[in-house]
Amino acid sequence: MNASAEPSRFPPNRPRLSLGPLLYYWPREKVEDFYQRACGSEFDVVYLGEVVCSRRHELRLADWIAIGRMLREAGKEVVLSTQALLESESDLKTLRRIADNGEFAVEANDLGAVGLVAGKGPFVAGPHLNIYNRESLEWINGLGAMRWVMPVEISRDALAILQRGRPPGFETEVFACGRLPLAFSARCFTARHRNLPKDDCRFSCIDYPEGLELRTREAKSFLVLNGIQTQSAQVYNLVGALPEFASLGIDLVRISPHSETAFDIAGLFTRVLGGDLAPAEARRKMDAIMAGGSCDGYWHGRPGIESAGNVR
Amino acid sequence: MQGATGEMPRKIPELVCPAGSLPALKAAVDHGADCVYLGFRDDTNARNFAGLNFDEAALKSGVRHAHAAGARVLVAINTYPQAGAGERWRRAVDHAAALGVDALIIADPGLMAYTCGAQPQLRLHLSVQGSATNYEAINFMHREFGIQRAVLPRVLSVAQVEEVIANTPVEIEVFGFGSLCVMVEGRCALSSYATGESPNNVGVCSPPKAVQWRDTPEGVESRLNGILIDRYAKGEKAAYPTLCKGRFEVEGEVHYAIEDPAALNALEILPELFRIGVAAIKIEGRQRSPAYVEQVTRIWRAAIDRCTVDGEAFAIAAAWNEELDKVAEGRTHTLGAYHRPWK
Repeated sequence: MNASAEPSRFPPNRPRLSLGPLLYYWPREKVEDFYQRACGSEFDVVYLGEVVCSRRHELRLADWIAIGRMLREAGKEVVLSTQALLESESDLKTLRRIADNGEFAVEANDLGAVGLVAGKGPFVAGPHLNIYNRESLEWINGLGAMRWVMPVEISRDALAILQRGRPPGFETEVFACGRLPLAFSARCFTARHRNLPKDDCRFSCIDYPEGLELRTREAKSFLVLNGIQTQSAQVYNLVGALPEFASLGIDLVRISPHSETAFDIAGLFTRVLGGDLAPAEARRKMDAIMAGGSCDGYWHGRPGIESAGNVR
Repeated sequence: MQGATGEMPRKIPELVCPAGSLPALKAAVDHGADCVYLGFRDDTNARNFAGLNFDEAALKSGVRHAHAAGARVLVAINTYPQAGAGERWRRAVDHAAALGVDALIIADPGLMAYTCGAQPQLRLHLSVQGSATNYEAINFMHREFGIQRAVLPRVLSVAQVEEVIANTPVEIEVFGFGSLCVMVEGRCALSSYATGESPNNVGVCSPPKAVQWRDTPEGVESRLNGILIDRYAKGEKAAYPTLCKGRFEVEGEVHYAIEDPAALNALEILPELFRIGVAAIKIEGRQRSPAYVEQVTRIWRAAIDRCTVDGEAFAIAAAWNEELDKVAEGRTHTLGAYHRPWK
């Protein structure tokens, strides 16, 4: 446990690093080891919990809370994320228990979740809520949201407009590295690939710790299937834009993990944000440790799959 | 509330039909639609395709025609105003109010807040683009904005729809027929990932301007922004390259990995929809022809009328599904998520 203060050579509004919720289905031991490591990492905020599928049961709410307490002891801010697509009464029961947990703030990813946490204390408006404009930002802030995770489709220029009208004290978090969450479905694509219905999926997604790759008929990597979630195969990577984040008023930089490389990336992002490492050099190091390609189209107001190419 | 015989009085679901143009609106109204839904000719609605939708004159005429027949007009202003652009959506709300329409179908919370304040007399429906899939979400939007109806994304089984209806005072409208989204509506960015444009940001999915067709020795290829969506051998019928309906390779298998092209058709569960208290059945297809709208409206009107009389004894007339399949995507149909094993 690191109790010493960080050297204060960073500008006061240096964005903090957040570890997004784990979107894949991993065995319990692997998850626990991962968060043990997070305790000693550069992440300031850690999001925990199941965002994708209620059938995943390696960890229950009590287990997430236990991990949360361990992270809090290690000096991390902990937020419990909630499921994005809620279909059943059982989904709602779990949601209510998380909303009432009383210990950690909640990231709401569905309007029902917003309804349950509104007016009851600070919460995080997650990236799966459709908050695209100033009026909606004011609305969600008025309900008690202390922070907003920007939907991944929103561009840098649109964000700059939104930041101008930002309510005081309201934080902005940007998904800056990871496979883009693009869609949710009632259908489980991993189970479907194995000719199984969702109700008898045999927890197939546990066999794909980084998701199941989907390629076009000319063998180009395109999407990743993660149970009911569809993601980009390309990793969204805004390392080139990090030097601008502070001036854009971005408070948190989210890294969405698909493996332990999240910790190496955290180290690189910290150095870029601190001005110790050129983005281009960080990008080269990231390309070396991450499989597959990266993209940054959305940030530039382009199709998400595109990459602006060279980093200054 | 129980009738004298001890049976629950049944609500007859309204038939809500798509109007992509004035001729389509008239076709719907003249063939028995209780409501028609339409949009303005811009990106304030989620069917923002060239050549579609209503200008001022067409809308005035459409409202007159519908009201004369006792039908209602619902205007979809259901995309998400992007940063700094909200004024256009607010003007659209005011414009619709001035034209005397019966309800607005909205998704964006900021815009709903505006509408409640500026046009409190206007009936508000929560669009399927609002992505509310459970009664906590619907009741919350009811408390916040007084929504009187919610259109459910096509992700719930019949039992789950029943659960929603049983737990909310808000009227529930469900899709009964038309092209199917396999992803939960209102939160799908697949199209913008490939093309830069999505239902949420611009009101389109897999937009025509991104479509390319190529003849190759391996067959006809359909692409979106250069990405290969499918390839058709001789004799295979090529389909419009909606992104999620292509054939892709997963672990060596090439197939409809995300979704088979098929239309949703809930005709066979119509008695169920009656029983659980669905307030309205929506037909998808604003981008389809007036002939499609006439055909589908006629069949669904007949089916709803028959079911009103026959109840559980309702039987589908053989011709209905045959006719519907002729205009269905993929020439075939499915119950989609209404039937749990599809999920």
